[in-house]
Amino acid sequence: MTEILRRDPRRERIARNRLHPEHLETLAQEGGCTASAWMGPNGRMRKDPHAKGFIGPNGLRRLDRSGVQQGTSMAAARAAGVAEQRPLVEVEAPAFLVAVVPDMAGGRLTGHDRDLLGLARQLADADPEARGAVLAVVFGTHKDEGLAEAGIDRLLQLDAPGFEGHAPEARLGALMAVDQAWQPRHWLLPDSPLGGADLGRRLAVRLGERPATGVWQLEADAASPLGWCCTNRGAAESLDIRRPLPRLALALAECAEPVSETRHAVHGVTLPETLPSQLVRIEDLGMVPVDPAGVALSEAEFILSAGNGVRDWAGFHHAARVLGATEGASRVAVDDGHMARDRQVGATGTWVSARVYLAVGISGAIQHLQGIQSCDKVVAINMDPGCDMIKRADLAVIGDSARVLEALVALVEQSREERRDAA
Amino acid sequence: MQPERQGVEVTVLVSVGRHPVTGRARRADQDARGLEMALGLERRLPGSRINLLHAGPGSEENESALRGYLGMGAGTGLESLTLLEQPDGADAIPALAEWLAAATPQLVITGTRAERGEGSGLLPYALAEHLGWPLVNGLAAVEKVENGVATLLQALPRGQRRRLQVRLPAILSVDGAGPAPRQSAFGPARRAELEATPVAAEIDHELAEWAMSPARKRPKRLKIVKSASARDRFKAAAAKAEGGSGQVLEGVSSEQGAEAILKLLREEGVLPR
Repeated sequence: MTEILRRDPRRERIARNRLHPEHLETLAQEGGCTASAWMGPNGRMRKDPHAKGFIGPNGLRRLDRSGVQQGTSMAAARAAGVAEQRPLVEVEAPAFLVAVVPDMAGGRLTGHDRDLLGLARQLADADPEARGAVLAVVFGTHKDEGLAEAGIDRLLQLDAPGFEGHAPEARLGALMAVDQAWQPRHWLLPDSPLGGADLGRRLAVRLGERPATGVWQLEADAASPLGWCCTNRGAAESLDIRRPLPRLALALAECAEPVSETRHAVHGVTLPETLPSQLVRIEDLGMVPVDPAGVALSEAEFILSAGNGVRDWAGFHHAARVLGATEGASRVAVDDGHMARDRQVGATGTWVSARVYLAVGISGAIQHLQGIQSCDKVVAINMDPGCDMIKRADLAVIGDSARVLEALVALVEQSREERRDAA
Repeated sequence: MQPERQGVEVTVLVSVGRHPVTGRARRADQDARGLEMALGLERRLPGSRINLLHAGPGSEENESALRGYLGMGAGTGLESLTLLEQPDGADAIPALAEWLAAATPQLVITGTRAERGEGSGLLPYALAEHLGWPLVNGLAAVEKVENGVATLLQALPRGQRRRLQVRLPAILSVDGAGPAPRQSAFGPARRAELEATPVAAEIDHELAEWAMSPARKRPKRLKIVKSASARDRFKAAAAKAEGGSGQVLEGVSSEQGAEAILKLLREEGVLPR
């Protein structure tokens, strides 16, 4: 679209004439004006106090202060687009570096990683005179688009095949090389079972630092060597230890607010020297297939859950086996005796955190929806298009649950058959 | 030809735990899981020997807690515990490292974190660095030990498991995914032997300087809605948890519906190969 503004004298005339039948539509199309405020003929803004709001369904005038209901003009939409773009912050010559090693589970930043990057920004931006830069060390390829929004200034991506899987020794060697090359003032790692806790402790003992583990609070403190003081959890979550912030810290989730106002230049950097090869004493033989039925419901990744709408229970169990899903159930299915009590999902059962939750014949009572609050993707198969579960679901299929499950099982088995033939 | 000795020498590092409700001394949960794993290993590999090792003060309360581990060894070869006696506030790492370097066990099993003191979970890592041995964390099971190589199952989040092979001697740390510990028998625990050896103590001065207080409840994170208008903020605060932009397939055949679901499952990568 061209940005050259063209005047249309006829439309301007209509916009000035409030009694014209096309007055409102024209105003909506013209930029910068609404029905209640417009540019007068000699350049002053005119306001009509009576034209505020809109007529609601029951004939009463409603005021809507969000500005959504009134004619949103092109200029306003353009302005909104610009407002969404956060200001870009570049640190050209950083005074120091804050090195962060995010977990990047599945190639994406986790919520814990974002909190940690927020903490790193807090450390880097504390002194506006001498700003630091946040260096993220990422192992493997990343699929995340939002690295700039998360607050990363420099990105070191290490995607040699030696870093894949469980390779603490190779990763530790790379981090030591980073430490030698750039001497970061702070090292921050997530204290998480996804790998950050392990790698951070290895790095700490190799660097000869005594790390702060389980950090959840950070305060400026001029008396400490690095100018910060932290509070961390100790002794099985029963103690708060306040100590000066050491060079290396392992932080808990929600240790700081994630970056929300700025965008940062994700400059790629590379190590000045090639990494020396490491002696591998721990060999990764790969993932072991686990029986999904044995996985605790609260930590299962993929749950197939049944409710009142399921009639064909044999088919349901078969589908769970074929899909490799952990079975869950709503309260009604458990009360009716179709499923065991420990499989119940919801406020009175288990609060689940699955990545994919496939709800079959569950209408979605509020207690059940509470239980699946932290699930990433919810898929619903249901007969009733108006039920609450459909509103919550990311993908909903309206239809007979038994038939859809049957078709799904057939598709999965067919694709496996094809792969076996091809192999 | 000599028959190959099958058994392995295992040292289990044990600590004094803390009951989460009453705060009393007890056997630590993760260490007890580690001992349970060692006992299981001994049953499978006859001729294995298990040593229990603890470094700390030898007070009466600690001793009764440590005897909790000895009570788990009823009917097995486990009979004694080596207590490296140190005053309160001493650093356990040098004493343990020195003892392990002299005793050279093939496997050292520990819990991940202590339930008292700093509880930073650094001890296995520091020992591994001192001794130069490999370390595997989050152990779920020891599958087999053959020719100086152990095959292990590592527990990952979300119930996943990974198989690893590590050269012995190695340090293995156990967390909540290890086997549930058996009950401790009181009689055998009383009768078992506790060998106390006083060792040189290095007082941990750094730890003594830090301010410790009972854990405060962490503030709950508030959902911050950055919006110019009060109406948007109110709507966000009052909104029900809903997906919102869900796709609804209505009036499609069950095959089409199944295909859409399969596509989503593939994108998320949850289907097994």
